[in-house]
Amino acid sequence: MCGTCGCGGREALISGKKPSRAPRTGATAFRAVPADTQQEIDPMESRLIRVERDLLSQNDQLAADNRREFAASHTLALNLVSSPGSGKTTLLVRTLQALHPHIPMAVIEGDQQTECDAERIRATGVNAIQINTGKGCHLDAAMISHAWAQLAMPENGLLFIENVGNLVCPAAFDLGEAAKVVVLSVTEGEDKPLKYPDMFRAARLMLLNKCDLLPYLNFDVALVLANARRVNPDIEIIQLSATTGEGMDAWLAWLEQARTA
Amino acid sequence: MHEMSLAESVLDIIEEAACTQHFQTVRRVVLEIGKLSAVEPDAMRFCFDAVMRGTRAEGAELEIIETAGAGVCLACGAAVAMQAQYGLCPTCNSPRLQITAGNRMRVQDLIVI
Repeated sequence: MCGTCGCGGREALISGKKPSRAPRTGATAFRAVPADTQQEIDPMESRLIRVERDLLSQNDQLAADNRREFAASHTLALNLVSSPGSGKTTLLVRTLQALHPHIPMAVIEGDQQTECDAERIRATGVNAIQINTGKGCHLDAAMISHAWAQLAMPENGLLFIENVGNLVCPAAFDLGEAAKVVVLSVTEGEDKPLKYPDMFRAARLMLLNKCDLLPYLNFDVALVLANARRVNPDIEIIQLSATTGEGMDAWLAWLEQARTA
Repeated sequence: MHEMSLAESVLDIIEEAACTQHFQTVRRVVLEIGKLSAVEPDAMRFCFDAVMRGTRAEGAELEIIETAGAGVCLACGAAVAMQAQYGLCPTCNSPRLQITAGNRMRVQDLIVI
């Protein structure tokens, strides 16, 4: 088991390698169950142990550690989530092209297999680390901690974490990001926010992508916006097309505001 | 299926408890799973059996206590029963509901030898 975060027996690869191990210390160490909750029973008999620990407590502790590290280096970390094929990587490439080299940036790419996305990112000149989750369906805080240690990013930068394409599982796993940004494309259904409410509730911003295709589709923009706000009344929404660049200015302005906030 | 990761978290919690509480075998695991949490009980049962195989909790009984969802309306203050993560306040029709119960997923108790 990894001493930093307890990962072990899992199959995630970071830049093609198993994460290195380090001794478990301080904030990430487990708390012992208080002695007064134990029952004094003959050890040969069964006994009840009150545990009362959240299943995500370990991940949440590591996410809190990540959040402190991002804050210490004045890094804005964003967790990009969506279903597969929403255009996250194209959107990222376009974003990086617009901001590189004016703002220090890096990308952590999560996919079950292949380095394809990281290679697309690196072609823009921005550093990218690929995490392959194997059979895993989401990134977790431990993976981000390992990848962050390899990045050596300058201060005041932007860290994009492109999560595994999946609208279910990544909603539950805090990575230490400042905000989740959910990307929904107009080639998907208007009811996606209602079908996957956990994700749309967890997101601060929704990017409605591929808007250049609207003339060719039977897609009700007003309905998808209403559905997103039904699930999350405070969600911010930007309509854009990563292909044509329409709406990108609003997204770049949002990033600048979040980065300097 | 994130229930696999969550079942692995259950095993991690068991192993940590075994270190501090010195037990060999787990007979029963009691989980509290809120109706509004990210866990599907059937998927958790399936993953639990798979993950516990070959461990001190192999064959342990899994008891899942499902807790009901509840919230409070941020507009009018009414207490609201919630079946899903979102909804409308039955009193004032506002969508601004804050979940107050039923979103927890945790290991409650272990019965061990």
